[in-house]
Amino acid sequence: MSLIDVKNLTVQFKTDEGLVTAVDDVSFSLKPGEVMGLVGESGSGKSVTAKSLMKLNARNTVYGSDSRITLHLDDGPVDVMGLKRPRDMQVVRGGAVSMIFQEPMASFAPAMTIGSQMVEQLLIHTNMNKKQAKDLSIEMLDRVGILDPAIRFGQYAFELSGGMRQRAMIAMALSTKPKLLIADEPTTALDVTIQAQVLDLMRDLVSEFGMGIIFITHDLSVVAQTADKVAVMYLGRILESGPVRDVIRTPAHAYTRGLLNALPRLDDLDAPLTPIPGDIPSPLERPNGCVFHPRNPELQPGSRYETERPPLTEVSPGHFAALFPEDVPSLP
Amino acid sequence: MTKPLIRTKDLSVEFSIGGKIFNKKTLKAVNDVSFEIPRGAFVGVVGESGSGKTTLGRALLNAVDITGGEAEYDDGEVQFDLTNMSPGDLKEYRRRAQLIFQDPYAALSPRMTVRDIIAEPLEVMGLTKSREETDARVREIAGKCRLNLEHLRRYPHAFSGGQRQRISIARALASNPRFVIADECVAALDVSIQADILNLLKSLQKDLGLTFMFISHDLSVVAHTCDHVVVMYHGKIVESAPTRELFANPQQEYTRNLLAAIPSLDPDQKSRAPAVG
Ligand SMILES: Nc1ncnc2c1ncn2[C@@H]1O[C@H](COP(=O)(O)OP(=O)(O)OP(=O)(O)O)[C@@H](O)[C@H]1O
Ligand SMILES: Nc1ncnc2c1ncn2[C@@H]1O[C@H](COP(=O)(O)OP(=O)(O)OP(=O)(O)O)[C@@H](O)[C@H]1O
Ligand SMILES: [Mg+2]
Ligand SMILES: [Mg+2]
Repeated sequence: MSLIDVKNLTVQFKTDEGLVTAVDDVSFSLKPGEVMGLVGESGSGKSVTAKSLMKLNARNTVYGSDSRITLHLDDGPVDVMGLKRPRDMQVVRGGAVSMIFQEPMASFAPAMTIGSQMVEQLLIHTNMNKKQAKDLSIEMLDRVGILDPAIRFGQYAFELSGGMRQRAMIAMALSTKPKLLIADEPTTALDVTIQAQVLDLMRDLVSEFGMGIIFITHDLSVVAQTADKVAVMYLGRILESGPVRDVIRTPAHAYTRGLLNALPRLDDLDAPLTPIPGDIPSPLERPNGCVFHPRNPELQPGSRYETERPPLTEVSPGHFAALFPEDVPSLP
Repeated sequence: MTKPLIRTKDLSVEFSIGGKIFNKKTLKAVNDVSFEIPRGAFVGVVGESGSGKTTLGRALLNAVDITGGEAEYDDGEVQFDLTNMSPGDLKEYRRRAQLIFQDPYAALSPRMTVRDIIAEPLEVMGLTKSREETDARVREIAGKCRLNLEHLRRYPHAFSGGQRQRISIARALASNPRFVIADECVAALDVSIQADILNLLKSLQKDLGLTFMFISHDLSVVAHTCDHVVVMYHGKIVESAPTRELFANPQQEYTRNLLAAIPSLDPDQKSRAPAVG
């Protein structure tokens, strides 16, 4: 049984310039103990998707009427879209689902020490007493590789380096032992050695108590090292999804190939860095057909993709891409 | 030979931590650092979290007190002793040395439009004489940073992380600085815009003759962008070499470990670095 099912998620924002579509008919599900990577260019709707899972989007949000998010907890299924009152939201925002936000500074109140925020959170969401909460918090700071955790416990966010702040946030999110962890660019400020350590810790927690993780990152090598499956988003749509090995080794969609080509390689320092050509269109001017067609260098003018939206077609078991069936590459 | 843009000798920055009087400790975040940044160079600074990279950058910007050693700036037009700056010096130096932030969320005021965010340094430093001139400069630099000019009247909350970073790059470059410290400035960007911004920074380096200190934890990015790399560990510089040399032939154990930890794109292989021996 899955941990979370997302069906036909559509998210729009009311703005002065009109209705902006940030997420367009996205579906996926995640099993306990599974790690899903969510990748895609800036503005593709990754954070908005993630925040939808906890209904944390801004007040100008309009969710699609047939959007369904079902969270399967021990006490039974929770219909996230149906949650209205703040008190109901506590179930989701508290212990069961934890989110590591992309905005590290925004996650810590400036006038409270790191430690008192960690303890407060544990007192709300668990049955621990103050002493237990403090001990666990220091233990978690230690486990994410923060030296002198007892000293750091008593410091304010501004006194920590960028990477330490990010780790403290990870420690806080993991301390309630959530069923589902949503990690939005959790390792962007970390150096590689600490990143490896944090990724190991996440893997431990996955195998220790079956935590499911949705891992948002722009670093495909981090996805390769952490995730079981991956979904590639662009302009609010999933263009490719499937087991990590298949998607990274045999990407079926030109967009995924573009993301892989943009990575700086270590085996050839002279290779130019190749961005995906063209600009991301304004969300107010979403292209017809395949949203990626204006930037797709592999398409001929007049192709079907300019006017018709390609379905998610299975290219190999469990591996889907937004292609018309005639364009599915035959397996080698 | 021209003089370096930045030269330090035994530069140190200390913080006191611990709070309560009895267990107060001092922490040498930057510990006797001696190095140079040649004019027009693109120098990478790498090292583990907390090793003092940001603090070194802030010291060179005079944004944190230098507690020991020497530090000089000389761009050929003006010269400053960074350990001893008058308010007038500081005002001039603020224009010439700029920072691109690590955290594009904390850096942008939510109540200002993108146009005002980019214009603010121009107005605060009195670099433009009329609103028209300011607007023209804002549009020019926003265009260089490939921001959509139709979005200049929007507020930052309506932009995603990557878009915000371009805004803060445009803001940093508005005053036409000579020295730019980029602190993890591509960490929040997706790979495509990262490639684009790195190409942009490199072309700005050449076209505008800028000197960059590029702080990053991403070694493959540093390998592709920087001419020279400095490795920091516990507040000290432990290795410093031209980029190619450092990656081909790292001298220090610490540098070797750093290279070995670069994650591989191959799910069945842990490290991306070619086997280093
Ligand atoms: N409150 C809001 N009002 C209007 N538009 C918004 C709002 N929040 C997000 N958007 C828009 O929704 C789209 C998706 O944004 P989102 O933050 O999910 O991107 P992302 O994939 O997380 O990008 P990044 O990698 O840069 O973090 C963007 O075009 C963004 O400008
Ligand atoms: N204002 C401050 N007060 C007290 N300690 C500080 C302050 N700023 C930095 N430090 C400490 O100085 C040390 C170096 O921090 P710095 O931010 O320079 O690290 P960094 O190399 O940039 O790390 P990261 O890669 O995580 O950004 C850390 O131990 C940090 O906690
Ligand atoms: Mg995001
Ligand atoms: Mg830093």
